Amino acid sequence: MAAIDYPLQRPKAEPGEFSFSETLYKWVATVDHKRLGLMYVASALIFLIVAGIMATVMRVQLMFPNGHVVGPDTFNRLFTMHGTSMVFLVGMPMVAGFANYLVPLMIGARDMAFPRLNSFGFWIFLLGGLLLYYSYLGGGGLSGDGSAPDVGWFAYAPLTERGFSRGHSSDYWALGVLVSGFGSIASAINVIATTFCMRCPGMTLKRMPMFVWVMLIDSWLIVVALPPLSAAQVMLLLDRYLGANFFNTQNGGSAVLWQHYFWIFGHPEVYILIFPAFAILSEVIPIFSRKPLFGRPAMVAAVVAIGFISLGVWAHHMFAVGMTSWSNTFFAASSMLVGIPTGIKIFNWTATMYGGRLRFTTALLFCCGFLFQFLLAGLTGIMLAVAPFDWQLHDSYFVVAHFHFTLVGGLVFGLFAGMYYWFPKAIGKMLDETLGKWHFWLFCIGFNLTFIPLHFAGMLGMPRRIYTYAPGRGWELWNFVATIGVFFQIAGILFFIYNVLRSTLRGQPATDDPWDGWTLEWATSSPPPEYNFEKLPVVRSSRPLWDLKHPQDPDWKWE
Amino acid sequence: MAHGHLVAEDALTMERQWKLPDRGTVGIVFLIVTESVLFSMFVIAYLIYLNKSLVGPYPKDVLELPILASICLLSSSGAIVFAEHALKHNRLGSFKLWWAVTILLGAYFLWATAVEWRKLIFEDHLTIATNLFGTTFYSLVGLHASHVIVGLIFLTIVFVLTLLGFPIQTQLRRVLFLSWYWHFVDAVWVIVFTVVYIIGLPR
Repeated sequence: MAAIDYPLQRPKAEPGEFSFSETLYKWVATVDHKRLGLMYVASALIFLIVAGIMATVMRVQLMFPNGHVVGPDTFNRLFTMHGTSMVFLVGMPMVAGFANYLVPLMIGARDMAFPRLNSFGFWIFLLGGLLLYYSYLGGGGLSGDGSAPDVGWFAYAPLTERGFSRGHSSDYWALGVLVSGFGSIASAINVIATTFCMRCPGMTLKRMPMFVWVMLIDSWLIVVALPPLSAAQVMLLLDRYLGANFFNTQNGGSAVLWQHYFWIFGHPEVYILIFPAFAILSEVIPIFSRKPLFGRPAMVAAVVAIGFISLGVWAHHMFAVGMTSWSNTFFAASSMLVGIPTGIKIFNWTATMYGGRLRFTTALLFCCGFLFQFLLAGLTGIMLAVAPFDWQLHDSYFVVAHFHFTLVGGLVFGLFAGMYYWFPKAIGKMLDETLGKWHFWLFCIGFNLTFIPLHFAGMLGMPRRIYTYAPGRGWELWNFVATIGVFFQIAGILFFIYNVLRSTLRGQPATDDPWDGWTLEWATSSPPPEYNFEKLPVVRSSRPLWDLKHPQDPDWKWE
Repeated sequence: MAHGHLVAEDALTMERQWKLPDRGTVGIVFLIVTESVLFSMFVIAYLIYLNKSLVGPYPKDVLELPILASICLLSSSGAIVFAEHALKHNRLGSFKLWWAVTILLGAYFLWATAVEWRKLIFEDHLTIATNLFGTTFYSLVGLHASHVIVGLIFLTIVFVLTLLGFPIQTQLRRVLFLSWYWHFVDAVWVIVFTVVYIIGLPR
């Protein structure tokens, strides 16, 4: 009885000596999914720091009434660049980065389906990002009007039309995001093809790790939801350069069409952004609870349901536009409907932890933070889905607090959980747990200190995007506390950066399988060799490594 | 399987029986999905702005049905099927003939579009900036035409390589994917034709 030869223990590939230019060439010219994944995550982290600094400046400006740190024009550019960067240059590359690094490893493949397309996707994304930031230099154009875009991250036309947005700021916004969108679509098609066509023998869709399932649906959403934005941006560029009339109200064009097109993309986009966090939680929570994921089929069904329902909820961003009451009713109802599968997911993660042997590593702490904060974000989301409630609080700081709870309290916490969990695999060193706990608690306290008060400021009527406010409206305390929270968050991030640098340079070396994992990425060495697996594994259950480690009680007997 | 052991023979059988879809197929299918969404956005814009132009010229004043061009483009889909069939059976001469026919039919369609646009711009004074009809017409038909151009470039590359003696029969899969893309471009024309020249032209 010969056991299947799993490559559990592999000799580490000897790192050769390379000169700087050779190393640079190896990274720039690579088509290896792991290197591209790391480059995605690294560039996302750099943009995260840049956009985070912008957020800090804005919070400092709003700390006291009548703030004088920046002027109104600079403030408009700050919130535009902050929002655009966080969504398109932090969120999207994080999706692509995690999917690129982990999907092939988890399904037992040696690379993505289209390695060169993968490399194209990364470089075109980076070009888009640099193009957007080049607007600070080139946005003025020949006439010197304008700098970075100042039209908000959703850049409502006709505000972006020639007549209202002079210079080239809106052109850089449209082109930069358009180009990085092509990268996202390329990488999404790649992930879909990889999941369908590169799975190792025995890895049926039923046995596929939850992470891969979520990333598959995420890629589906990217493929069907990004083209509306691209189309709208092409129309905007036609308007701006050839004098077309799509959004030109003087010539009969619509002021609402852009909003529809943008949100047909924009609402699925928020699910595109949160899905990696869902994917990470579905892997991290079971491992540190020592229990398989509770209700796995329901989890898959829920994520597929979100992948379709979320395509039909976009106009809940537009209740204040003045649609018919039938549209309002439809979009309020469909928005609440999407709360059901999301609720199923929260219940199942909690149920996975219930009765488990919990190990509160930093990764699990971040998951717990996610569960609390994302729940609150979901509840304020349901509130905002009620059209009359939205009329009251539309474009107020309540909305800002709501979506920062989803994207920071949800996505960023999920991403940190993922980084603490997979860092040993990717770099081959453990992240320091003590520094990690400092990072978690500072960031968690800071985050809540910043964004809980903003709910109240919003309910007291504080509008979004104002660059300053007069005293005596009851907003001072909330704004002051919110800005104090930012400094805690910065401290947390500094701990994270220090932790990453220190652990990379002289951290404790990681074993191949430091967390006693169950999915295939832990079956190869840390970091994995370029070919991932010496021998393609053969899988018979959704926890192949469990089967290998417990031959007397394998999962496939029961699945 | 449920009661067996984890034996190597099992694994080998499993590996031998393990069948997955072809990655190129999945890739091209989802490329077509994403392109379809892109086109539908321009189609929706056309329909929303139908009869909303504030000034002329209006569709009924200037548009003529491009019957011959449409017949050419749609028959090019047939020609590429014959070419594919010939390639599958390794009849290179027949492949070259049908492939050339495909290219010529596609090129005639593009030429017809150019002639149509020339008339619209210089005789009817309809540009993309004139009114909403011009805006949506040129962007929708232009988006389609740009896809025809991309298709023609790839078709020509294959043709030139074949003439230079490249063994194109080894690239049957890729030829197949190219023909799917070409069929997609033709199918989009059916929709564009319906929207622009049938729904958009009041009888």
